[in-house]
Amino acid sequence: MSTNGIAVSLTGVTKAYGSGSSRVQALRGVNLEVHLGELLMLVGPSGCGKTTLISVVAAILDHDDGEIKVFDRVLKSMSQVEKTRFRGTHLGFVFQAYNLIPTLTVAENVAIPLLILGTRRARALKRAGDILEAVGLGDKLGVLPAALSGGQQQRVAIARALVNDPRLIVCDEPTSALDAETGRLVMDVLRRSALSEERALIIVTHDNRIFSFADRIARMDDGRIILVEPQVATS
Amino acid sequence: MYRIALKMLVGDRGKYLGLVMGLTFAALLITQQSSIFTGLMTRTYSFINDLSQPDIWVMDPKVQFIDDVKPLQDTQLLRVRGVTGVEWAVPLYKGLLKARLEDGNFQIVNVLGLDDSTLVGGPPVMLRGKLADLRTQDSIIVNDVGAATRLAKKPAQPGGRPIPLDVGDVLEINDRRAVVVGICRVSRTFQSQPVIYTTYNRATTFAPRERKLLSFVLVKAADGVDPGKLAQRISDNTGLAAYTARQFKDLTFDFYMKNTGIPINFGIAVMLGFLIGTAIAGQTFYNFTLENLRYFGTLKAMGTTNGVLLRMIVLQALLVGIQGFGLGIGGAALFGYLMRGTQLAFRLVPEILLLAGGAILLIVVFSALISIRKVMKLEPAIVFKM
Ligand SMILES: Nc1ncnc2c1ncn2[C@@H]1O[C@H](COP(=O)(O)OP(=O)(O)O)[C@@H](O)[C@H]1O
Ligand SMILES: [Mg+2]
Repeated sequence: MSTNGIAVSLTGVTKAYGSGSSRVQALRGVNLEVHLGELLMLVGPSGCGKTTLISVVAAILDHDDGEIKVFDRVLKSMSQVEKTRFRGTHLGFVFQAYNLIPTLTVAENVAIPLLILGTRRARALKRAGDILEAVGLGDKLGVLPAALSGGQQQRVAIARALVNDPRLIVCDEPTSALDAETGRLVMDVLRRSALSEERALIIVTHDNRIFSFADRIARMDDGRIILVEPQVATS
Repeated sequence: MYRIALKMLVGDRGKYLGLVMGLTFAALLITQQSSIFTGLMTRTYSFINDLSQPDIWVMDPKVQFIDDVKPLQDTQLLRVRGVTGVEWAVPLYKGLLKARLEDGNFQIVNVLGLDDSTLVGGPPVMLRGKLADLRTQDSIIVNDVGAATRLAKKPAQPGGRPIPLDVGDVLEINDRRAVVVGICRVSRTFQSQPVIYTTYNRATTFAPRERKLLSFVLVKAADGVDPGKLAQRISDNTGLAAYTARQFKDLTFDFYMKNTGIPINFGIAVMLGFLIGTAIAGQTFYNFTLENLRYFGTLKAMGTTNGVLLRMIVLQALLVGIQGFGLGIGGAALFGYLMRGTQLAFRLVPEILLLAGGAILLIVVFSALISIRKVMKLEPAIVFKM
């Protein structure tokens, strides 16, 4: 699949929340292509629809009209259970607040996507250990998330997003809870360990300090993509 | 994933303990109150239990329970004896009489008059003396609790301990001399008066002069005769009420169930345990789920199906349920054990464990359900909003 190198394509995608007078049109016809092997940043003012956009792309939220294809699968044609399984095998998530389960060790947290897929615990933990090694946390396998700094926790979350070897990783504001230095470190880890020929990354951010890590930047405003440009080193 | 579910549950010590404690409390309260209730209700008919020999009790048709004595004509005894299938039939006197103690004080006592020749219906346990000693003149046998409390003699010096009534001591019942020849033990009943055994004839001399003194006729069915059918035949032939021991116990039990506040009081306590348990456990469990909603959402986004999430929550609920149940019934059993030998009625029968188990299961299922509903309806997209 995706012989054309397109990971995600959106045509005329709309999404509204609520109904009647409280109706909010979050996406007003989004057209976008995300290529395999690229890191696309989605930027724009708060409330413009960035989170909504990656939610529909990641199949955790149903869109209204238009078409979304992820690796040539048309999301509209999939049942909820199919979408759930699709996410389990093809997607990785990184959240602003890390969302690590506080009562599980770092290794267990990272192993979860594999456990969801039915991998044996021992194998899953072994693989989690390898990935944690790769993000520079090989010595933290047995500790609880609370014992780590914010930057370390986000690296754990990146390891978790990578452990099932997904083809698309979506990140919502991965650095906005971190200071500039740590943010850069996290982005560096993300680019180095997550980016590959077979994978695409979509990162939502309004943190212009990390724009330089993008291959392309898509600018959004009021529910539409207004501009897609190659990353310019100066921005 | 189930291991993950368990770690999520027990990882937060405070919440986890709170949950188990809430359920423990509910199980404890339900088990303990039900056991006391059962213990109390067993007391209503323990006198019938103590009399193991007769198969059938014959009495006035208006009698509603064991302590509700409505005397019969003495001649009824012969009519009962005439019914085919009766092995033997003996009289029993049961009545509250006034006894005068050595110090001149009066005390109401529960006098039982046994058939003079067979002494059928005697106390289950003799502590001092023998039942046959009732054949000596003016003799009575007193129960140990009565002898040590209400019938006890004045202390030797003021402020000392009362001296229990003992063999050789003398009372007056209705102005007649009564000599203690034995001390017995009887099961506790709802009647708190001292229990005094004597012969039927002597009991009638103790009792105030009345036309009718025969309280019950105790019947043994002949070999091979079904007591139920014989009871029916006795009642058909004599017009009296005839119950098997089991039927008489049920009659007595039902009377107390219907005519006293006991069932309601205990019912309220049990309900309260159930409601408090539901409130505490339901609330804690729901809070636990709410606080973990972000993580359930994350699991959902990462590809966990609703079915697996449901099983994770059920597993969590069952775990705390089983632990709460175990600790609760353990606590109740310990309570019963520590209270043994006291006045407290406590009878923990398997049915109560079933009841408590059912109640805890209900609480847990209810708590799990509201949590499951919340998690099932959870839009995975909220993970980006938290
Ligand atoms: N669950 C929701 N219900 C109603 N309105 C929502 C919901 N989520 C987002 N919105 C609205 O949709 C618009 C886009 O939101 P969002 O995609 O979160 O923007 P961004 O991530 O760019 O800040 C905003 O106006 C927001 O208030
Ligand atoms: Mg957002």
